[in-house]
Amino acid sequence: MLRISCPWCGPRDEPEFRWGGEVPVLRPGPPEAVSDSAWAQYLFVRDNPKGWVRERWVHAFGCRQWLIVVRNTVTHEIRATARLTEPLPEVTP
Amino acid sequence: MRMSAHRLESGGRIDRGRPLAFAFDGRRYEGFAGDTLASALLANGVRILGRSFKLHRPRGILGAWGEEPNAIVQIGTGETTVPNLKATQVELAEALEARSVNCWPSARSDVFAFLKMFGPLMPAGFYYKTFKWPSWHWFEPTVRRAAGLGVAPTGADPDRYEERHEHCDVLVVGAGPAGLAAALAATRAGARTVLADDRPVLGGALQWEEKTVDERPALEWVGEVEGELRAASNARVLTRTTAFGCYDHHLVALAERFGEQTARPIRERLWHVRAEQVVLATGAIERQLVFPDNDVPGVMLASAARNYAVQYAVRPGRRAVLVTSTDSGYDAAESLKPRGIAIEAIVDTRMDPGEVAARARRAGFAVRAGYVPVRVHGTRAVRAIDIQPLAETLRAHSTGSLLRLECDLVCVSGGWTPSVHLFSQARGQLRYDAERAAFVPGSGPKGFQCAGSAAGQFALRECLTDGFAAGRKAAKATGARSDAGISPIAAPERTAVAPFWAAPRHDHRKAWVDLQNDVTRADLELAARENLRSVEHVKRYTTTGMAVDQGKTSNMNALGILSDLTKTPIPQIGTTTFRPPYDPVTLGTLAARHVGPLYRPLRRTPLDSQHSDQGACFEDFGGWRRAAWYTSHGQSREECIRAEKRAARGAVSLFDGSPLGKIEVRGPDAAVFLNRMYCNSMKTLPVGRVRYGIMLSEHGVILDDGVCLRLAEDHFLVSTTSGGADRIFSGFEEWLQCEWPDLRVLATNVTCAWGNIAIAGPRARELLSLLSTDVDLDPKAFPHLSVRCGRLENVPARIARVGFTGELSFEINVAAGYTAALWERLLERGAPLGVRPIGIEALQDLRTEKGYLHVGTDTDGRTLPTDIGMGEALAKKSEDFVGRRSLERAEAKRPDRLQLVGLSADDPGTVLPVGAHVVADPKARLGSQGYVTSSCMSEALGRTVALGLVQGGRSRHGESVAIYCNGRLWPAHIVSPQWYDPKGERLNA
Ligand SMILES: [Zn+2]
Repeated sequence: MLRISCPWCGPRDEPEFRWGGEVPVLRPGPPEAVSDSAWAQYLFVRDNPKGWVRERWVHAFGCRQWLIVVRNTVTHEIRATARLTEPLPEVTP
Repeated sequence: MRMSAHRLESGGRIDRGRPLAFAFDGRRYEGFAGDTLASALLANGVRILGRSFKLHRPRGILGAWGEEPNAIVQIGTGETTVPNLKATQVELAEALEARSVNCWPSARSDVFAFLKMFGPLMPAGFYYKTFKWPSWHWFEPTVRRAAGLGVAPTGADPDRYEERHEHCDVLVVGAGPAGLAAALAATRAGARTVLADDRPVLGGALQWEEKTVDERPALEWVGEVEGELRAASNARVLTRTTAFGCYDHHLVALAERFGEQTARPIRERLWHVRAEQVVLATGAIERQLVFPDNDVPGVMLASAARNYAVQYAVRPGRRAVLVTSTDSGYDAAESLKPRGIAIEAIVDTRMDPGEVAARARRAGFAVRAGYVPVRVHGTRAVRAIDIQPLAETLRAHSTGSLLRLECDLVCVSGGWTPSVHLFSQARGQLRYDAERAAFVPGSGPKGFQCAGSAAGQFALRECLTDGFAAGRKAAKATGARSDAGISPIAAPERTAVAPFWAAPRHDHRKAWVDLQNDVTRADLELAARENLRSVEHVKRYTTTGMAVDQGKTSNMNALGILSDLTKTPIPQIGTTTFRPPYDPVTLGTLAARHVGPLYRPLRRTPLDSQHSDQGACFEDFGGWRRAAWYTSHGQSREECIRAEKRAARGAVSLFDGSPLGKIEVRGPDAAVFLNRMYCNSMKTLPVGRVRYGIMLSEHGVILDDGVCLRLAEDHFLVSTTSGGADRIFSGFEEWLQCEWPDLRVLATNVTCAWGNIAIAGPRARELLSLLSTDVDLDPKAFPHLSVRCGRLENVPARIARVGFTGELSFEINVAAGYTAALWERLLERGAPLGVRPIGIEALQDLRTEKGYLHVGTDTDGRTLPTDIGMGEALAKKSEDFVGRRSLERAEAKRPDRLQLVGLSADDPGTVLPVGAHVVADPKARLGSQGYVTSSCMSEALGRTVALGLVQGGRSRHGESVAIYCNGRLWPAHIVSPQWYDPKGERLNA
């Protein structure tokens, strides 16, 4: 079970959080200008890397804020967490 | 009382003043407090405790704690029985009832024992190879009966279990010398320390090793340390507590047992310990030696024999032969001899054991160096052992220099295997240490240290200094700054070992590797011959290392044998993966309090007790305890529901809609935001008006529906389905925080803050006007689909003209605390009007005949808004919304999509089954064109009605179809879903 440091509340157990997928994912628009493949890319295609990944999680049973988590998908190590208002941490896979 | 024949006259750490009566396989015995079931049975001369898994060979006790592969027992009866415990770990208690498993009627006389004769027919992979035809399931029940272990309890467990969360600086697992030293150092340094050990007493092997720490008896030192730790405010000592799993980010799971006492408030407790630093002082387990007939009762680990003799004052035999490949094996001779157990010989498999053998000879022991065991005499108990010089055994069928040693106990010491399970679970890397003939911890995960024998430091001196240093280092890493003092010390010892993985083969006799799973050296040879190379495959093929002991005494031998057979060095073979639990954990512990009504507690509405008073039958609807219908004297369920429906259509009804989701959305950009969340327009909704809306996922699929109320220019109240409130609210937050942080909007989930009562029926306005209110109820001033905020019976209320029945209706939201009073007043004032509370069952029928869909019932994971007739509303909207782009896909525009329709059975008395298929060709009964989603008898229409999803259904009204279910067919027609009051005259009244 992960321990995630919420930038607002401090370190908390994983069950307090909900996973929200990789970031950044840019929502394309306006709809009439978006091709089918670009829309499919947005909906379904993710890097899913082996190693470091930036994700968003929400502190659902806490402050209910979304946050950025930099997590290693192999070791589950968490290198950094950040507020959405902060610059997105850089990762090298 | 009479002393048991095998109990020593004095000594041991048992309480001779507290005799305990217990039963094993129906026979009565007596032991003492401080005994384990195994030690008490040995004291009573019981040698056979179980039968082997496949061949039902008699098996005795090999070990003295969690490593035990043979003595598997079931304790207790009925609901509280626990299967598959190791007798070596069961603390003796008054009136304890234990039974052997995998044998019937008892371990001593087992009817399945004839299976022994089939030994040659049951090699590795036997089940896989034999029970293939016609299928495994055909054989499974019989095989399971013969090969099963314990039995499940007969009913729900009445005992209480609980769980606790603990945060500490340093967790020390294991309270042997290394763990005690580590806990001592960490505590003295000022760290918040938890020390956990799975035994009832602290000290680990010091309980029986008769050693010296700081120049006094080791147990005195153990007592002092325990006293100091228990007195320290920053230390917690947990005994009978097994650390069974290491999980991510330093979470260690512990299972604490409260013994088998009758008056226990809880039976077991699960600890979730989050530790900054973890010191694993989990010790090491002695290995069995693999030689022919090494499973005969009376073959015992040397450490276990010592443990029984010293700690429990039990004589495991009268005349022992010690077979060892290690220096430490000799220690057993020194412990057993003074307790009246004759040492017939020390057989050392090493050619030149060196100093340790010389010293033993000087002490008067007969040492046979370079000899190996070739056979054990006896079936139900050891009678003698044959040994032979190693060189002779390598020659086929050689009987040269064969030596028979009479004995009733064979103590074996095949070296020590560090208990690295938890370290490995924590992703620590293991390293093979050839000198110690064991895998030892290598590079570790941050914050984990192994200390003492778990780290391959088998001598007491190193255990103490290593443990103390680890405790100090761990404390320091957490910022503890006090002086830990100096480490306790002990005298140096010799711990050399030369691996002896298996005796060379000798005729046809079986040499057992894994006693619990009946795996022999020959099975491993077969696996190697059949070219199974991965150790994980060999494990699964032969079953070596499986089941309740997980091969604690056998895995290393299996690896060594495999290494010899495949000519591959051990490090390259590697180990199988260590997975939790280290030792079996009961399901009760894992479930803790999350059982029965606490498994998933139901939410209750503010009217829960009113419903009870009115005879409601409750059901779980989306996690809420809701009234399904209300009982009435002498009336059946159907009659009651029909009466409720009549009240709603003919008079007036009350419905508790409190679970409806209520989300307040406020701010200058509230309208812009909701316009993006709903697929139909909300920007154009005037203040004081209400609009039905649908929300989609980004895939365009209908997620939820409900009405949206505009209370002010910048203030909306969104109502969601009862089960959708949390999901939709979470979605709002995600969009607002992650995608549109620029929008000035605040969303708040107020679902539980407001109660909701729906008044529906032709006399709804009449009833409401009987209450005092400042809201003008006149239909011109307050038309359908509008909302008014005012006072009702002098209480602030939001009243909306919306409903789910199709009748004239008002939904009233008042603060949750006022809801019950309002409900009771409405019932009281409405009595002359024929008011009646209605439940979910009636409401479902009312909405079905009106053609109102229920998201998740009449829609599925593919339904788009265009499939339910929202196409026009979408066409009018120019702005983007969630899911919009997905509606432009070719797939979304296919004419044969499943669309919502009414389905009219040609026989008006037939209730079409929900889930029944609409079929194209009634003869072929193939090619489903859709299915029935809702169906009921309409009280108002006097016929049955149904809704369904049918391919291209919206353009097929009037078409005749067949409905198929479970071999039956009904003729029907596709119709408009608006069965009742299609013009909406009633709800606009
Ligand atoms: Zn938080």
